[in-house]
Amino acid sequence: MAVSSRRAGGVVGSVRLLRSLQHQDGRLFSTSVARHTAGSEGQPPKFVPPSKPVIIDKAKSQASLRQFLSPEFIPPRQRTNPVKFAMERKDMIQRRKILNIPEFYVGSVLEVTMLDPHAASKTNRFVGICIQRSGKGLGATFTLRNIVDGQGVEICYELYSPRMKHIEVLKLEKRLDDNLFYLRDALPEYSTFDFDMKPVHLSPTQDVPVNQIKVRMKPRPWSKRWERPKFNVQGIRFDQCLTPEQMEHAQKWAEPWRQYDMLKEYDTSSVEEKILQEVQAELNK
Amino acid sequence: MAFSQMMLCKVPAAAAAAHYRSFSVSAAVAAIQKLTRVRVVDNSPLGNTPYHRPPKVIHVYTKNGVGKVGDMVLLAIKGQKKKALIVGHKMPGERMTPRFDSNNVVLIEENGNPTGTRIKAPIPTHLRRMEGDYSKLLAIAQRFV
Repeated sequence: MAVSSRRAGGVVGSVRLLRSLQHQDGRLFSTSVARHTAGSEGQPPKFVPPSKPVIIDKAKSQASLRQFLSPEFIPPRQRTNPVKFAMERKDMIQRRKILNIPEFYVGSVLEVTMLDPHAASKTNRFVGICIQRSGKGLGATFTLRNIVDGQGVEICYELYSPRMKHIEVLKLEKRLDDNLFYLRDALPEYSTFDFDMKPVHLSPTQDVPVNQIKVRMKPRPWSKRWERPKFNVQGIRFDQCLTPEQMEHAQKWAEPWRQYDMLKEYDTSSVEEKILQEVQAELNK
Repeated sequence: MAFSQMMLCKVPAAAAAAHYRSFSVSAAVAAIQKLTRVRVVDNSPLGNTPYHRPPKVIHVYTKNGVGKVGDMVLLAIKGQKKKALIVGHKMPGERMTPRFDSNNVVLIEENGNPTGTRIKAPIPTHLRRMEGDYSKLLAIAQRFV
């Protein structure tokens, strides 16, 4: 008897469990119905589009996020006391905690707002293509170029200057070269950018695209002889401005033995990894 | 035969190359000094008529003879002597200041008032620290960078 009652109790319990499960299922499945009924008091139900499911795979996104270390963190190869660079790195990180310095490359289009004591609004906004990044440590600079009212203008900004107020990347991309000074001698359309340009979004997990554009040049003389091998320029359409004989003649100044000079080798990969970890740890503190 | 063919190939290339001047006509990237050719960027009739001889600097009113943004120069322009103010040069100046692709000047009268009524090119903002001397010139500027 006791056994049967226990069994019965067990059966009742299981039925309750089933009911509660059903109830839960009902809740789960009846959301849309409930939404429709909720709106049906007097006025017709308003359509509420279901929210798009956002799949966040934390482990994956953490792993595949672009890792980027700004080039000014890598100390130059010289005999300066490394303590100097360590101290400068500390100051740079302190500055980065206040000013957001985004990832950008030569060839990216940037918008910079700097403080200007002379202007009426006390700020100065400029948009242009980054044509050079130079300097190491706190004195690192980058140069923006644009054509304003038909006049080519370049501004060299100090990344860690206290006058720097805001830096925004409007278009994140790379070019074929690490230095775009040849845009001074290129047709103006290649360095003209609209001041009201809308930022182009790039996913933080995506690779930075390389713009394969090759520019057409103004007639020579140029500010530098860009065809010479020491510049190693890839982004110019030399076939339109120089004859094959001239291109061949420029190879007279080639120094093909330089690439075998072992004293010039500077492998920064291990240094870079160490500094990247240090910087990320400090910034997340 | 081969030689004549080579010559025939080379002649069109040389003709194509001849339509532009193959020697450098602008000074090296340097500040403005005597005999620098400059571009007048205001709308004064004197600075905008086509010229046979480009306007040249014949004197720089500084102690070292080197002109930067905000310095006054004396120009030889269309057979006249005329004062002008430097409002931009090719040589890179201090960090965070603009560098222009040409050497720009604005014609001014003896008393510092501009000759033209409009400035076509952008003007560097750090020229505004001379607001007291050239307020009329800065007032007609269209755009600052």
